[in-house]
Amino acid sequence: MHSGDLSIDTITKIEGAAGLNVTITDGKVTDLKFIIKDYRRFYPQVVKGKPIAGVPSFLSRICGTCSVSHLFAALEAIEKSQEIMVTEQTKLLRRLAYDALMIRDHALHLYFFVLPDVLGIDSILDISDDESDFGHQLLHDSFDIKRVGTNISNAIIGAAIHAPIPTIGGFLKQPDPKQFPDLINQLEKIRPQVIRGIKVFFDWKAELKRNSDYLCLRNGGRFDFLEGEIVNTDGKRVPEKDFYNFLKSVIIPYSQAEGYVFSDTHEDYLVGSLARLNLCLDQLHPRTRADIGQYLAFFPSDNIYDNNLAQAVEILHCIDDAIDILETITIADEKPIKLPPKPGVGVGVVEAPRGILYHMAKVDGKGNIEDYDVIVPTSQNQINIENDLKKYFNDNLDKDKETLKLEAERIIRSYDPCMSCATNFLKIDWIEE
Amino acid sequence: MPEQNLPTTPKKLVVGWFSFTCCEGCTILLSELFNDYLVEWKKVVEFRHVKTLKTKNELRDLDVAFVEGAISSDSQAEELKKIRENSKFLVAIGACACTGRPSASRNDFGDEALNYKILWHFNQFEYTDTVRKLDEVVKVDDQVPGCPMNAEILLKVLEKYLKQFQIV
Repeated sequence: MHSGDLSIDTITKIEGAAGLNVTITDGKVTDLKFIIKDYRRFYPQVVKGKPIAGVPSFLSRICGTCSVSHLFAALEAIEKSQEIMVTEQTKLLRRLAYDALMIRDHALHLYFFVLPDVLGIDSILDISDDESDFGHQLLHDSFDIKRVGTNISNAIIGAAIHAPIPTIGGFLKQPDPKQFPDLINQLEKIRPQVIRGIKVFFDWKAELKRNSDYLCLRNGGRFDFLEGEIVNTDGKRVPEKDFYNFLKSVIIPYSQAEGYVFSDTHEDYLVGSLARLNLCLDQLHPRTRADIGQYLAFFPSDNIYDNNLAQAVEILHCIDDAIDILETITIADEKPIKLPPKPGVGVGVVEAPRGILYHMAKVDGKGNIEDYDVIVPTSQNQINIENDLKKYFNDNLDKDKETLKLEAERIIRSYDPCMSCATNFLKIDWIEE
Repeated sequence: MPEQNLPTTPKKLVVGWFSFTCCEGCTILLSELFNDYLVEWKKVVEFRHVKTLKTKNELRDLDVAFVEGAISSDSQAEELKKIRENSKFLVAIGACACTGRPSASRNDFGDEALNYKILWHFNQFEYTDTVRKLDEVVKVDDQVPGCPMNAEILLKVLEKYLKQFQIV
């Protein structure tokens, strides 16, 4: 394709609505717009003036698939604002619930959205009913893997979507440890299926490389989605509370979501599984590393398609971490920690499945929200996605329009973007016309 | 060729699944139900329009449209009307579709909440003044309430239409 417009009205097999418009003139991309189309719901504005007790559960409604990420980031932000120190048991149970989230959420993306690309078909609905078919086997692996994630979520936090049990200061109800041996068995049973999946994404020879900077949470002790400092490729370290100032928001007038660059260099960056494996590979669970060492040699990687492989690896890590917790935890009958309300500001930064998620809560003396802010991973990846696509189109303009469209969608899908999340307020201090 | 010799394709319930303004938690719950039900559903249901699952979608002659989310703009309202015109029945999925809430929370904003940032968005992307639930825009035949949707009720509604269309 030498000149002309290419437009994808609706990118499919992603969460939420997005489109792509590309203008090509004389063999070069002259305009490219990745357009996030979900309408905003302004939830961080909605919670202003509301009592903190109901806020985390409300904000979990920002996103259906990573609701647990928003729930836990909100809990952390509000607990820090109130100087509530949760117990070790609460921390472990949250880590366990988070492992379950990653298992279910990554499997949904990898098998329901990406697997058709790997198999060269349109949809999982086109996969053969023949049990000896490899696609059939993988699809049924995904059912088993997702089910285990959901079962753990049900046992620990009451549901996989909009979980009712986690609350400020702890858990409204403690899990029944009698369920743990069965959950361990279920996790052990899906391990070989997960390893089969890792090989599939390892063997998939799709490639788009561009020098991106990577950003993720890194904990001094272990591979951790919930606690740590933010680190980038150059080894910069930023405490959670300073994250906001590390970024500069960019208004993208055609997109419902804002984008972000580093505040000092104005360079784009990538968050998500690929960033985590690039910067924390050494911290993966020892059992995970022992069993799939040959697939880890690819990291660090600048190939965006390896975000898929990284997610598959994280599923195995989360299984092994969850088994550890279930085998060792003892459950005491704890009640949530309650303190009288006081004014304060708290920041909660977690790694959502798609990357760094920031919640900031400012609370007044009566325990009501005075100000709230959220920065989500897909907004942060937005500029990186556009720059990757520009590179892809400029390098591949000899291909026909349909191939270009198909491959552009695959690239976007590799990021596992989520538009429901992306369209949430909002670090804007200015409006650029 | 005489008609009776043609291979017979069993009639399936032709459905679409659509999302408007929401968290898409109901779609995620549907994907959870697939773990246990997809094998059975594929025998009796044709998924003709499901953007979360496929690229080749057709908005044509749907028996039942399942719609999650609330309506934030006139363009979304037009899209919903088009879905209605192409479907024999329309089912509202989840709290946002059935009641507007929580997606319609912005309807409560007073002047103090409508700061310049929000107004910029309203103008830039042509938001309507209020977020609407589905039955404020089109006729809704059934509702599956809940946040996320109640899975048991969804299964019952699906069963009802499978019987009504004499598929099972």
